[in-house]
Amino acid sequence: MAHTDVVVTGLGATTPLGGDVASTWDAMLNGQSGVSALTPDWAEQLPVRIAAQLAVDPAGLLDRVKLRRLDRSEAIAIIAAHQAWADAGLADSGLDPERLGVSVGSGIGGALTLLAQDDILEASGPRRVSPHTIPMLMPNGPAAWVGLELGAQAGVHCVASACATGAEAITLGMDMIRAGRADVVVAGGTEAVIHQLPIAGFSSMRAMSTRNDEPEKASRPWDKARDGFVLGEGAGTIVLERADHAAARGARVYARLAGAGITSDGYDIVQPHPEGAGAVRAIAKAIADADIDRRDIMHVNAHATSTPVGDLAEIKALRQALGDHPVLTATKSMSGHLLGAAGALESIATILAIRDGVVPPTINLDDPDDGLDLDVAANKARHLEIPAALNNSFGFGGHNVALVFTRA
Amino acid sequence: MTRDEITTGLAEILEEVAGVTPDDVAEGKSFTDDLDVDSLSMVEVVVAAEEKFGVKIPDNEVQNLKTVGDAVSYIEAQS
Repeated sequence: MAHTDVVVTGLGATTPLGGDVASTWDAMLNGQSGVSALTPDWAEQLPVRIAAQLAVDPAGLLDRVKLRRLDRSEAIAIIAAHQAWADAGLADSGLDPERLGVSVGSGIGGALTLLAQDDILEASGPRRVSPHTIPMLMPNGPAAWVGLELGAQAGVHCVASACATGAEAITLGMDMIRAGRADVVVAGGTEAVIHQLPIAGFSSMRAMSTRNDEPEKASRPWDKARDGFVLGEGAGTIVLERADHAAARGARVYARLAGAGITSDGYDIVQPHPEGAGAVRAIAKAIADADIDRRDIMHVNAHATSTPVGDLAEIKALRQALGDHPVLTATKSMSGHLLGAAGALESIATILAIRDGVVPPTINLDDPDDGLDLDVAANKARHLEIPAALNNSFGFGGHNVALVFTRA
Repeated sequence: MTRDEITTGLAEILEEVAGVTPDDVAEGKSFTDDLDVDSLSMVEVVVAAEEKFGVKIPDNEVQNLKTVGDAVSYIEAQS
């Protein structure tokens, strides 16, 4: 079935690797790590004392009074969305607000606000709890704020599917345009939960790396010595636009969002299916949706979070769904795992890989796992013509999302 | 505490909570119409004022505090 063509015309991000897309992409191509030691006092008691913290704090970028009303996840979503909006050249384009939508999700939501206000409640009583608490912690807060900032009136949506959130939000944005509900959608994800409670929770699941003495080496997808993911914070947004709308205003087009596939495992609340069955189906659906030959997919930005089980399940799924020709990478080796923003940041990396003809490296891949039988751009970026590329995202709950981007 | 001192204290709160320029704060100014303090920020102003001036400002009184002068008078009478 022929779909309305959807293209990407703007990118925005603030990440552990840089305060914008250009600096983040440069750092990725240079194989830099965004992971560092956690220095707050509360980190001392934790088994995990490392994280991928934002390279540029939002505090200096937004008005002080406005920041009082924003959860950190909302502030950085706004920053990333403004970047993407400006990058797309939409600021003075005369776009009808009723044709502009937003789809921005978060994996966990405004947890920092919830925890900070609970501290105030316990210490000083209910009257001291901020009247801004609810709009700061509600999961749709980031999407709502982005919509408010840009004046979007075609619908503002919040997707939540844990670590698949960013990719699923982008899928929803594409669907909105295909269904004719919007001409332009700002889509992506945001996450800011570097705090002792989420870290303790993930640690108790034994999901996180405890390589505290070597932060930069802690995120090491597919390496034999990997021992879990590294929590990161950040936001990524992309501007999706109906292709003829973009062409009519002479917009610069980065890539096409050719197709998406979403499945659910129906297997376990947190464990991935050992053979990656749900992932295989998601990838197959995305390829069918994009209506391309799987041999055109020359590059995969994998979900690969650096956990022992998940990394190899994905390899099995990729081999089955695509074959052995694509060049893989796991940019989480550098950015850490941005949870609900991961699929958005990695979509940006995938789009830029297509545009620049280069696969960013998977750093710390010093001793590849025996189960890694596919080609990975290990430790160094690799030049490659990429007509089409795949971005995988999987989330707790058994969410699988595969996105196919193709050259503009 | 003099009315001027209370006004100055309120101006500090309004700057912190709502970004109001202290020089704009005067007894004749309306919180909503002149100083652009929205309803949620007004809640913050009231709570901060209670703390700063050691008074109680019940919710049913807040609706009567239309201007800075109204608030100064209320705080002056309570303290």
